[in-house]
Amino acid sequence: MTSTNETRTAAPQGVSRRQALAYLVAAPTLAIAIDLARPDAARAATAPAVVPSLPGPAELLDLTEAQTLAAAPTSMLITLTLGTDGIVRFALPRSENGQGITTSTAMLIAEELDLPVERVSVTLADARPELLFNQLTGGSNTTHSTYLPVRTVAAAARTRLLTTASARTGVAERDLRTDGGAVVLPDGTRIDYGDLAEAARVDRTTAIGTRLKDVSEMRVIGRPRGRVDARAAVTGTKKYTMDLDVPGALPTMVCRPPTLNGTVRAVRNAATVLAMPGVTHLAEIPTGVPVRAGTFGQCVDAVRALEVDWADGPVAGMSDADVLAELRGAQLPLAVPRVPLLTTTIDTDFTFWFSSNSALEPNCAIADVRPGSAEIWAGLQAPIVAQGWIAGELGLPVSAVTVHVTQGGGSFGRKLFHDAASEAAQASRAMGVPVKLMWHRADDFRQGRVHPASTHRIRTTLLGGEVLTWEQRHTSIGTDFSHGFGEMLVSVASKLPVGDLSVAETIYLLTQSTHYSFGVQTNLLSEVDRRFNTGAMRNIYSPNVATARELTVDRIGKRLRLDPLQVRRKFARDERSRAVLDAVAEAGEWGRDLPAGVAQGITFHAEYQSVAACLVEIDCRPGTVRREVRDGRTGPRVTRVTTAVDVGLTVNPKGLEAQMIGGVMDGIAIVLTSSMHLRDGHFLEASWDNYAYTRQWNVPPEMRVIVMENTSEQPGGAGELAVASAAAATATAYARATGRMPTEFPVNHHEPLHFEVKPTVPPVPASPVDGLRWTY
Amino acid sequence: MPTRTFLVNGERVTVDAPDDVRVLWILRDVLGITGPKYGCGINVCKACTSHINGRAFNPCAVPVGDLGPDDEVTTIEGLPGTVGAVGDGLHPMQEAWLERDVAQCGYCQPGQIMAAVALVRKVREEGRTITEADLDGIRNICRCGTYPRIREAIRAGEAKM
Repeated sequence: MTSTNETRTAAPQGVSRRQALAYLVAAPTLAIAIDLARPDAARAATAPAVVPSLPGPAELLDLTEAQTLAAAPTSMLITLTLGTDGIVRFALPRSENGQGITTSTAMLIAEELDLPVERVSVTLADARPELLFNQLTGGSNTTHSTYLPVRTVAAAARTRLLTTASARTGVAERDLRTDGGAVVLPDGTRIDYGDLAEAARVDRTTAIGTRLKDVSEMRVIGRPRGRVDARAAVTGTKKYTMDLDVPGALPTMVCRPPTLNGTVRAVRNAATVLAMPGVTHLAEIPTGVPVRAGTFGQCVDAVRALEVDWADGPVAGMSDADVLAELRGAQLPLAVPRVPLLTTTIDTDFTFWFSSNSALEPNCAIADVRPGSAEIWAGLQAPIVAQGWIAGELGLPVSAVTVHVTQGGGSFGRKLFHDAASEAAQASRAMGVPVKLMWHRADDFRQGRVHPASTHRIRTTLLGGEVLTWEQRHTSIGTDFSHGFGEMLVSVASKLPVGDLSVAETIYLLTQSTHYSFGVQTNLLSEVDRRFNTGAMRNIYSPNVATARELTVDRIGKRLRLDPLQVRRKFARDERSRAVLDAVAEAGEWGRDLPAGVAQGITFHAEYQSVAACLVEIDCRPGTVRREVRDGRTGPRVTRVTTAVDVGLTVNPKGLEAQMIGGVMDGIAIVLTSSMHLRDGHFLEASWDNYAYTRQWNVPPEMRVIVMENTSEQPGGAGELAVASAAAATATAYARATGRMPTEFPVNHHEPLHFEVKPTVPPVPASPVDGLRWTY
Repeated sequence: MPTRTFLVNGERVTVDAPDDVRVLWILRDVLGITGPKYGCGINVCKACTSHINGRAFNPCAVPVGDLGPDDEVTTIEGLPGTVGAVGDGLHPMQEAWLERDVAQCGYCQPGQIMAAVALVRKVREEGRTITEADLDGIRNICRCGTYPRIREAIRAGEAKM
C-alpha cells in the first residue's frame, strides 16, 4: 500500500504585514494578553458561463466566520507566560480530542517567538465563564478563530524580549535578532529567553504594539510536524480522564434502563448488591442507578446483579419504520419556481439511518462534590456550559464549581455534551464521596448520543445544457444543540437575511454553502421529534447532504452527457473547487480502465472556508462483497482513495493529512457499514462488533492525501472537512460500480444483522473469561 | 481475599483481589498501570491489548485467578524493556509510530502497538513477513480512523524489529 503526503510548493504571495496590539500584564515573569481585531467577514464567489446562483447565507457568512465573530469580544482574555526555565506556557481555551490543536497552537507560538516547538507547553484551560463563547470547540473552528490572537501574543512576547535585551545590553533593538529561543547580539552572544523572563515583566498592564510575520518569513507554520503528545501516546503515559489519580475517586458505573431514556421506579435488591465484593455505594440519579466499587470489574458485576423496576422511556415501542414514517410526515414540499416548458425534472430521495458518534474512550468523568463546592474532570468541548449546568443541578454558584478540561480520547461531537460529568456530579453528591464514573460500552451505544436519522430530497430542473433550479429539503429527527453552540451563533446569524429561524435551522444554513451554479436554489431543514439523545456527529449535516447532492449531480451529468468530472468542473462555483477536483482526477487517474463491478466516484465539498475533493475506487464484485470476517461487516471495499484539500493556509500539513485520513474512514463507514437499528424502543447495537465503524478489513489499501498550496492568509477548518466529500465519493462510486443509485445509507442497513443482539436486562454484558484462548 | 502473584513489566507483584476480577482492572484500578485502556470490556475493541508471556492478549477477558506466579504480563509501559531499551529508549514499533505520527487522540494506540508487535512475532514464527491479509485481520478499533498510518507503521516497525 502507499500513503503519501505532498505539500505543493506555495507560490510567493503579496501578503501585507499586519500590525497588532497586545497587553503586557502584571505577573512574576513575562505575561502577554491579547486584543483581537475583527476579521473580515465577507467574501464573494463568481462562476461565469452558467446560470448564476445568488449567494446563499453560507456564502455571506458561514459557520466558521459566525463562530469566530461570536468569539471575538472575549479573545483578549487569553494569556501567554514565559518562565525563567525558558518554557512558554499557554492554556488553550479549547478541547483536544485528537484533532491536533495543541500541536498547531504550539507551532503558531513557536513561529512568532522564534522558539523551538519543544519549548512551548500548551495545556487545556479550565472552564472560564468570562470567556463566554470563546471556550467552545466545534465546527472545525479552533485554528480559524485563534490563528491571529495566538500569533499576536507570541509576537508581542518577542517584541518585549527584544526591548528587555536592548535595555540590558545597550545594543539597539534593530541590531538584535531572535533565534531558537534566544536573543542574539551582533557579536553572536545569545541571551536565552528564560534569562530575560523576570526582567521583561511589568507592574501594571501596558499596551504593546507588535508586528506579525509575513507568510514568506514563516519557518514553522506550513512545515509538517508530529504531534506534541505523540510520545506520550505511544508510551501509554498520556493521561485521559480515567487515568487520573484523584484521591478517593473510586470506579462508578450506572445501571441503565432497557428502553431509551427509561427511568427508575424502584431498586429491589440494594442491600444484596451493596454486600457484593468491592461495592461501597449505590444511589439513584435521573438516568439510572450508579454503583461505586473498588474496581470497574466489580461495578460491572454489581450493575448486572441489580434488580430494578423501570418505567418505559419516551420512545418505548418505536422502531426504524416508525421513525421513517415520522420523517415522511414532516417533509417540507418541494416547490419548483415557474420554469419554461420542455424542462426536464430530476427528483431524488434518500434516507439516512441513525449513526453513533461514540469515541473509543467512553463517556466518563470524575467528580468530587462537597458541601458548598464541586470539582469536575472531563473531556469537554463546552466546559462553560457544563459548569453552569452542573452548578444549577447541584444548587451551587458557578464560582463554586471548578471544571478541569482533560485530554479527550476522541470526540466527533460527543463531548459537546457533558452527560457523564453531570451524572458523576449527581452520583458524588448522592453518595457523599468522589467518583470516577465511566459508561460501559453497551451504555455508550444504547443510551448515548446518536446522529439523527434523516431524509434528503432534491428536485432539479434542466433545460438545454443548463440547470435552471435546484431545491434541497433535509428532514431530520431533531439534533440537540443545547450545549451552547446554538446560542453562540444565533446572535451573529440574526444579522443575516434568513428570517426567524431555530438554532438547528441557523446551523443548517450556515453550514450548507452553494456548491454549484444551478440557477435558483433553495435548501431547507425541517425537524421532527426531540425525544432521542442526539447530537452533531463530525461534520453535522454535511455527510448526508453532500451524499444526496453529489449522487444527484451525477444524475444531472448523465442527462447532459457529461462525465462526473466534467459536470462538476462545468458547474462548480469557484476555482478552488475546480483545482481540488483536477488534483484528485490527475493523481487518482480518473477514468482509468477498471473491471466490471469496480468503479470510481469523484466529488467535492466546501465548508469552513476550506474545500476538499475525493476520488474513490470501490470494488463491488461478489468475491469481495462476500468476504467473511468473524463478527464483522464486510461488503463492498473501497480500494483506493485520493483526496485533495485546500484549507486556505495550512498550519501543519502532517496534522491536516491525519484529519483527512480520519475523515475518509468516517465517510466510508457512513455510506457502507455503520448504522444504529432502533427496535422496540431501544437501539440494538451494544458493542464495537455490532456498530460497524470502519475496521482494518474495510480500509482502502491505497490512500493518498494532497495538500494544496495556500490560497489565503487565513487558515480555514479541517477537522471535519473530509467526511462529506469522502462519503459522497464512496456513494457515487458505489452507484457506478453496481449500476444502481443507492437511496438508503448505509447501503446495508436492511440486510440481516451480522450479530446476535445482546440482552437489555441486565444492561451490560459480562466480561468474558476465555481471554487466554485467543492469544497470538 | 485471595492473593495472586505474577510478573508485570519485569516486576513481581502480589495483589489482594477476588479471582474473578479481570486482569484489566487489576492493572488499572489496583496497580495504577493505565497504558492499557478500557474500550468495551468484552474482548472486542482490543484497546487493552497487552502481552502475556510474549503473546498478545486482552486483559479485560482474563480473570486474575488464571495467572500463575511465572506468568509475565507486559503492558505498553514495559514494551521498551523487552528490547533492552533504557532511559528514553523505545521499542522499534513505537519509533515507527512516532515517525509516521500515527496517533490522533491516542486512546487506542497502546493496544494497537502491542497488537502490532505480537503480529510481527507471529508471522516470524511462521517464517514469513506481514501481508495485506494480516493487516486486514487486525481487529483493534481506531475511531479516529488512523488505520492507513497504522498499516504503514507496522510495515516499517517490522523492518526494524
